[in-house]
Amino acid sequence: MTRRDRPVTAPPWPVAVPAALALLFLGLPLLGLVVKAPWSRMWSLLTSPTSLDALRLSLVTSTAATGVALVLGVPLAWLLARGDFRGRGFVRALVTVPLVLPPVVGGIALLLAFGRRGILGQYLDSCCGVALPFTTPGVVVAEAFVAMPFLVITVEGALRGLDTSLEDAAATLGATRLTVFRRVTLPLILPSIVAGLVLTFARALGEFGATITFAGNLQGVTRTLPLAVYVGLEGDLSDAIALSLVLLGVSVVILVALRDQWLRTGASS
Amino acid sequence: MRLRLTSTLAACLLALAGCGASTTGTVSSSATAPGQLSGTITVFAASSLKESFTAIGAAFEAANPGTKVVFDFGASSTLATQITQKAPADVFAAASQKTMDTVTGAGAATGDKVFAVNTMEIATPPKPTMPVTSLADLAKPGVKVAVCQKDVPCGAAAVKLFDQNKLSVTPVTEEVDVKSVLSKVVLGEVDAGVVYVTDVKAAKDTVVGVEIPKDQNVTTKYPIAPITASANPALAKAFVDYVLSAAGQGALTAAGFASP
Repeated sequence: MTRRDRPVTAPPWPVAVPAALALLFLGLPLLGLVVKAPWSRMWSLLTSPTSLDALRLSLVTSTAATGVALVLGVPLAWLLARGDFRGRGFVRALVTVPLVLPPVVGGIALLLAFGRRGILGQYLDSCCGVALPFTTPGVVVAEAFVAMPFLVITVEGALRGLDTSLEDAAATLGATRLTVFRRVTLPLILPSIVAGLVLTFARALGEFGATITFAGNLQGVTRTLPLAVYVGLEGDLSDAIALSLVLLGVSVVILVALRDQWLRTGASS
Repeated sequence: MRLRLTSTLAACLLALAGCGASTTGTVSSSATAPGQLSGTITVFAASSLKESFTAIGAAFEAANPGTKVVFDFGASSTLATQITQKAPADVFAAASQKTMDTVTGAGAATGDKVFAVNTMEIATPPKPTMPVTSLADLAKPGVKVAVCQKDVPCGAAAVKLFDQNKLSVTPVTEEVDVKSVLSKVVLGEVDAGVVYVTDVKAAKDTVVGVEIPKDQNVTTKYPIAPITASANPALAKAFVDYVLSAAGQGALTAAGFASP
């Protein structure tokens, strides 16, 4: 938890050379995007109807998916951290699966569950006429499926690391369980919730595989930014690069925001 | 604990931008002795050629011991972009002349020849939710139709098909390649998909084909060419010749293609 106070020394070459290579490997592709970007046409590329549709759709669906994750994910995190029930390890593993599952596989799994012929989807379709594939809510489902574990795991970790004596003290002073959660627990884990939400939003924004597999690919309805980048690869490459830069820019902003988040949590603990 | 966890998650951030693009990394080794073919070539071929070219590749390897043909199947336009960006391909087989022209136009290939002709067909799920029995049914309200996106040859063909029959079809999805359209049909998520005749044939009994009358249908020509920068030009040329030979044409006809 505390910062290490070792003196900074020049790294030996067996460390410095591979480290420099790693930096080059990670940085060069991003530099490539920036250098090869069609800067002179950037504004017109980004304000074309297809780009604006993708931008709007991405912002709306990522925000909605983050909202879904907040409403469902924080209670789940609490259950995993504090709940005492059999099979908790299994549930935790289940929550982690979407993190490591290739998103395309997630998309197929979603189709088999919520698709028109899926185990739940067929009843949704026959009883209520609800079909998620090829709709904007379908995009939100795909993004929430892939991104929610980021929030659950971040918040669960925070709850586990929490000093329960503060909550116990509040309880002995007569606070109800709800009051303890609202006035003591929540403020303590708030920084982690915020960090988790930012990560969730970022992951939802970048979601490609599950979205294209489950929700399809249609301009204005399901074609989010990453899908528009892929479509751009088939047609105009400069379109793809311009939209990629938008995603890169958002990612950088999120990283910077998170860094501040970490610094604050680091200083307060 | 919390710090370690969040920094692990930070690592995940790096994976944010894109997941799902395929890459190819086969390096071709060059033939040595003149007149004798050896080594490996990578063939970039349109998705719709998957079954026929896999068969042709196996037959070619059997006829030329010591050779290996590796395939990368995908949307022709994606493959074309990769080739013009110097992807290590030795042969390119496209699903449209326009796509091939972008590669030859960039100087990445020369001397392309048409080796097959394909037509369109409607694929429907075996147990339909909304029955589709004709091309005109695709324009009916409530019918969910999947097509390829417009920049992909099968998508361009679908647009042409709808235009020349004066049909106003609003698809529910524009998929990245023809096999993705087919999988949406197989899963029953859409009522119909516009694919190639050869795809319906390759899908066997997982889909039901609805034929489009010849006078309403559109045809697509498939050109093939060796890539100029190939590390094994002899083998690349031999493979192109094999596709154009009677043996290659036989495999293509069996898959449902028409000869040029």
